[in-house]
Amino acid sequence: METFSGYRREDGRIGVRNRVAVLPTSVAASAVADRIAANGGPRVTATPHQMGTEQPEPARRRTERVLAGIGRNPNVGGALVVELGTEGADASAIADEIAAADTPVETLSIRDAGGTRATVDRGRETVDALLEEAARARLETADASELVFGVECGGSDATSGIAANPAVGNACDRLVEAGGTSCFSETPEFIGAEHILAERCVDESVRERLIECVERRESVADLMGVDLRGTQPTPGNQEGGLTTIEEKSLGAIAKGGTTPIRDVIDYADPLPIGGGLVVMDTPGYDVESVVGKVAGGAQVIAFTTGRGSTTGNPIAPVIKVTGNPQTAERMATNMDVDASTVLDGESVEAVGERVYETLLSVADGTRTEAERRGMAEFAINELQPRELASLGDPT
Amino acid sequence: MKGAVLDDAAVLLAESDTVATAIADLEAGRSIETDDLPGDRSALEVAEPIAFGHKLAVMAIDAGEPVRKYGEVIGTATERIEPGEWVHIHNCESNRGRGDLAEGSA
Repeated sequence: METFSGYRREDGRIGVRNRVAVLPTSVAASAVADRIAANGGPRVTATPHQMGTEQPEPARRRTERVLAGIGRNPNVGGALVVELGTEGADASAIADEIAAADTPVETLSIRDAGGTRATVDRGRETVDALLEEAARARLETADASELVFGVECGGSDATSGIAANPAVGNACDRLVEAGGTSCFSETPEFIGAEHILAERCVDESVRERLIECVERRESVADLMGVDLRGTQPTPGNQEGGLTTIEEKSLGAIAKGGTTPIRDVIDYADPLPIGGGLVVMDTPGYDVESVVGKVAGGAQVIAFTTGRGSTTGNPIAPVIKVTGNPQTAERMATNMDVDASTVLDGESVEAVGERVYETLLSVADGTRTEAERRGMAEFAINELQPRELASLGDPT
Repeated sequence: MKGAVLDDAAVLLAESDTVATAIADLEAGRSIETDDLPGDRSALEVAEPIAFGHKLAVMAIDAGEPVRKYGEVIGTATERIEPGEWVHIHNCESNRGRGDLAEGSA
């Protein structure tokens, strides 16, 4: 049996890390959240972001949903929501959602506490108390079927589609076979490959949702009268040998593996536990896309990169997989799995097994290179007024 | 690996593909010798320098014809491409995400 030891939560879910998250409700509270986390030690991480104190309602709802989802992630053993006090996003509502998952949670208002210094001091005490509560989590053996694995790509080149993505896809297949959940996303990178994905959907309604998501993303280009060429593939992708969005997409979808697509869900919506491959409708921007999946409950992320990315996440460990031999060598201290051996003849299955073993080992506590280096980027995908007006409200 | 490695120089991902991906920096004049090339060809001469990860045509592709990789169409040739030539944004364009071609756009 494929097992790991994790932190059993009150509601039955299992975390692979036992972190205390400091969640600012806006950019105005982000620096203070950062400061509180910095004083709290290595198990405390903040999720600073750029959302304003006032957002149009659908955008505000998305901010709340993402922050609540992050607080509910099973890797979080305690959460502190910090607000300036003027935000549209409601700290108490976010805290209530987190508490509904039985996760210990507190709130702090910078205005009520008496300014930044007082909030940092109060935050330190609160975080200490939350760390004590988190420390009570039982460490116990869990089955691979309890894992929710998010897969992402960034800084893609031609090797991504040939080596790294198929290897990660093979690891997804192995996890799904073991009863776990895998999630892939980045809808703009389905353009030109959606016909292949559509055939893999379990039923007509899932198929329709998938096609609708892709059409909505493509119609943004139509609406703006712009050509995706030049932005997709990105100039960096192009330097790496990718010519068209279709080519990038056909390589990108390989990271989801080959199993049927059981569902298509919205950005940051809860991911199911215990079963199958799920698509999340996220932007192509990798940091925002990873955050969407972590807000959905993914405990571990695999991130493929040909040209070399260093990104991590404050809540979920991020495993870096490269298919580019130069990147494997030049950025060895940022990479966890070298999939470039596929180019020398190692089978995709063999590299997929290595990715899968790495996944289980990271779930068991082995730190990823991004964790060792304190890489913890965080960004929320904001609904743009143009999208809201033209495309309806996708929340 | 998926597909066929052509003489340690490039990888052809599907039999129906019209391009292969270089897995080394290829110099102009290099001959790729293998029976895995499409058609009756047993050798392909690299026509110009092709960087690691970039594509070369494994057969002639006429202007307006689809370019195939992974057994799928990845774009359209904008000019005639001879076997062994570099295939990239200068001679192959996307068919998708083309707001510039959408009805009513400038």
